[in-house]
Amino acid sequence: MNITTSEFLANRRLVLKGAGVAALIGLGVIPFDVPQALAAANDKYPEEAFKQKNEADAIKALYGKTAEPSDKVKMDAPEIAENGAVVPISATTTLSDVTSIAFLVSENPISLIASYKIPAGTLPSVANRIKMAKTSNVTVIVEAGGRLYSASKEIKVTVGGCGG
Amino acid sequence: MASSIRVRATSNGDTTEVQALIQHPMDSGFVKDAKGEIIPPHFIQVLTFEYDGKPVFVADWGGGVSKDPYVKFAFKGGKKGDDLKVSWVDNKGATDTTTAKIQ
Repeated sequence: MNITTSEFLANRRLVLKGAGVAALIGLGVIPFDVPQALAAANDKYPEEAFKQKNEADAIKALYGKTAEPSDKVKMDAPEIAENGAVVPISATTTLSDVTSIAFLVSENPISLIASYKIPAGTLPSVANRIKMAKTSNVTVIVEAGGRLYSASKEIKVTVGGCGG
Repeated sequence: MASSIRVRATSNGDTTEVQALIQHPMDSGFVKDAKGEIIPPHFIQVLTFEYDGKPVFVADWGGGVSKDPYVKFAFKGGKKGDDLKVSWVDNKGATDTTTAKIQ
């Protein structure tokens, strides 16, 4: 069996988290509050990622790792967007253990559009509407089982949505 | 004042599908007004959906999400008549919250 570095790190993180929980319980914190406390720590708004201008930097700031293209990530988007201010895009995946889905537009002044947290029990599928400054590649990142998978598509924009 | 959030949550017995539409300018901070002055950034940063006291969906948004944002997702469980709590906070610290009944 092959244990890759990222899997090892993910496991290690789980172990560390577990240790934290045990410590909190040990300190007399009501166990009920623990999942929420952990969730709150993970739920911090990714300020830095939303400041990055280019796509690779945003992905790095958001996840700290890189994504591999996967045909299990499906993006539903128009070929041509007549109005860049409102481009309907949805993403879904057949991957399991999905924890988040993010949308990025490489040619926008700020690449990261949105990052959605998918708790256990929520389906790995999301639809939203985004702004596009001009014709660009749009990328969907799916985080599943601690790894990143992506799908990209070029969408042509005839009227920009960022005041260009 | 009417809520800025419109939510529709429908259960098919197995999963609950949620659609939300929020009134918000979602100014990115890159657009100029008629006088050529930059419109300062003003956008929702975090949108949270809670069911049974637990978050079922959390959106972290930047200024690249369209004005009057729309989002759709689905989660397993959720009974007809139960409450779904929706709340957002924007980059200026403004917030709004509403509770919708699952249909």
